[in-house]
Amino acid sequence: MKDRLSAFYWLHETQFAQISSNLITSQRRKAIDIFETEGFPTVRNEDWKYTSLKKLIAPNYVLPSPFASFDEEEQVEYKDIKKFLVNDIDCYQVVFINGRYSSWLSQTTHSKYDICTLGSAWKKYPKIVEENFNKLTKDDGPLVQLNTALAWEGLYVNVPKNIVVEKPIQVLYFTTGSTPVFNQTRSLVILAEGSSAEIIERHHSLTNHETWTNAVDEIQIGSNSSIHWVKLQHDSPQASLTQHSKINQEKDSKAIVHTISTGGKFIRNNLDFSLSGPGAEAHMFGLTLGNDRQLVDHHTRVDHIAPNCSSHETYKGIYDDYSKGVFNGKIYVHTDAQKTAAYQQNNNLILSEKASIDTKPQLEIYADDVKCSHGCTVGQLDEDALFYLRARGIRLKEAKALLMLAFANDAISDIQHPSLRVKLSQLIGRKLGVDMSTVL
Amino acid sequence: MLEIVNLHASIDDNVILNGINLKVNLGEVHAIMGPNGSGKSTLSNVIAGHDGYDIISGDILFDGESVLDFPPEKRAHLGLFLSFQYPIEIPGVTVSNFIKTALNEIRNARGEEPLAASPMLKMMRDKMKVLEMDKGFLSRSLNEGFSGGEKKRNEIFQMAMLEPKIAILDETDSGLDIDALRIVANGVNSLRSKENTFIIITHYQRLLDYIIPDFVHVLFNGRIVKSGGKELALELEKRGYDWIKKEQE
Ligand SMILES: Nc1ncnc2c1ncn2[C@@H]1O[C@H](COP(=O)(O)OP(=O)(O)O)[C@@H](O)[C@H]1O
Ligand SMILES: [Mg+2]
Repeated sequence: MKDRLSAFYWLHETQFAQISSNLITSQRRKAIDIFETEGFPTVRNEDWKYTSLKKLIAPNYVLPSPFASFDEEEQVEYKDIKKFLVNDIDCYQVVFINGRYSSWLSQTTHSKYDICTLGSAWKKYPKIVEENFNKLTKDDGPLVQLNTALAWEGLYVNVPKNIVVEKPIQVLYFTTGSTPVFNQTRSLVILAEGSSAEIIERHHSLTNHETWTNAVDEIQIGSNSSIHWVKLQHDSPQASLTQHSKINQEKDSKAIVHTISTGGKFIRNNLDFSLSGPGAEAHMFGLTLGNDRQLVDHHTRVDHIAPNCSSHETYKGIYDDYSKGVFNGKIYVHTDAQKTAAYQQNNNLILSEKASIDTKPQLEIYADDVKCSHGCTVGQLDEDALFYLRARGIRLKEAKALLMLAFANDAISDIQHPSLRVKLSQLIGRKLGVDMSTVL
Repeated sequence: MLEIVNLHASIDDNVILNGINLKVNLGEVHAIMGPNGSGKSTLSNVIAGHDGYDIISGDILFDGESVLDFPPEKRAHLGLFLSFQYPIEIPGVTVSNFIKTALNEIRNARGEEPLAASPMLKMMRDKMKVLEMDKGFLSRSLNEGFSGGEKKRNEIFQMAMLEPKIAILDETDSGLDIDALRIVANGVNSLRSKENTFIIITHYQRLLDYIIPDFVHVLFNGRIVKSGGKELALELEKRGYDWIKKEQE
């Protein structure tokens, strides 16, 4: 797999070089070098201790060429994807299929701000891309380097100073085809001073074959800006996702990220914040519902670099059957980051004997005036609470669902659109096997 | 309506109920009194279908039908209600959501349409008025941070909403001040009819000044050792439980 990927890079290098500057080409080369030297991470690597990539890299994936046009199997129509969209909120919409942009399913804009695709931005906005691309990812591991080398398509958002993006940006990544597919997606989001945007992101496979998306996002949030980003990871049972999201926050900015992981086969999230301007605020919410043999691994990292910043993290997980969860939350408080406030919570319910969660907070604190707290719990559904609900006539399955939803509530209550929250609870209900209209 | 026949039950190999016999008809109010630890809550839980107890022998019949194999929800669908001695706190589930769900689950089990939002809300408001409860209650998390009295009132509110045929009130009076006691008693009295029955569990006779029972039973060491009319409650109040204990020895 590793050799095929590197061969794929060398085969396309000239084409990559044509779309981007020499600087970026040299960055690609450096990245592929690292990937070739290090290969895929193994469980010997501390960050991958509980999560083996062995099975994920085994299938004979097709690597869609960024430079080819869609073939017949990749012809996706609106009716095929309609159910994956949030329809009742007016949104900008950016749709990708096998890592390539689908203009006929998208609604982009260039009027007050740019909401389009990285594939077009290489040529259209070379300077901005060059200033921002690979700025936050240089030191990351081989999966990120692989993505950097092959980066071509993904969401591109650039909002100028003091502008608010009025509608949410809905970005959808679909995979399809009659063979296993492995693709890279790369996003670049730049919010200038005093601006704000909201992103609803979803990855979904339309095929029964194994798919793997390796995504990398770089998000720059200027001073006094804000972003709200909802990641909906409710993919089909054969779909896997590795996603590294890197967020840099300037002075008094605010970021809220919801990661809702309810589907898919294998999910690895790396969510990293650099709080580099004073007064920056990061909020992370996670909700994981695992069943079957699903694996969901959350690695989060907050670098408190500037003083007076705060980070708030609430991750909830419910694991059933043979599912497996990993939570690793790192909080790194640098020497200058006085008056840091950092809070972290990871609470889990284990519903079957074969399900498991490895949870580990990691705090490294090098400043002295700091407020930090963290806590993790692993438990079962409360039997007394179940009896109470059942004694009132609520059936066992519904009673369990109600308790799970109550447990999960903190992780989704901050999502702004009521209709999106309802959609989420319905989706959770379906996952739990109950009709949410009877328990809500 | 409800018949308990020679019921023996244990938990973790400790026998708690030692042959309970009790027959309750529609329209009646029964009081079960007894010292702490005599098995009152165990009896309530077993009737409601708590699966933590082993039924060693005996039977529980609703309308002549054994319910021993029925899960708690099915007993509730048949019209049983237990007001808990210690109501459970459930953060994240609001009072209104809980009651709405429970009521519609019961209606669904009986083949009735769910009650729509606005008649539901009206019904809640009406019942809350009787119980002198604040509207803000509805949006609070179930029992979370409630005072002892609020929890008990909330139990009676649920009972009023679910309109059970058999209601067991397990020490609903404990933790209530005299005003709250009167309000709760009024609530219960307003629900009394020929079509339902109440089993009031208490170890003081205080509540029975307001809810006048037809029968009083004394539970001791897992058995009903004495039954009588409402005057038995007064005697217990005057003499305490020691003479019962002595009689048993
Ligand atoms: N889980 C348990 N394991 C063992 N004994 C128990 C358990 N729960 C209750 N008991 C015992 O059963 C007896 C009856 O308890 P309970 O029904 O709560 O009495 P009451 O409600 O009359 O005060 C007590 O002696 C109590 O210690
Ligand atoms: Mg008791």
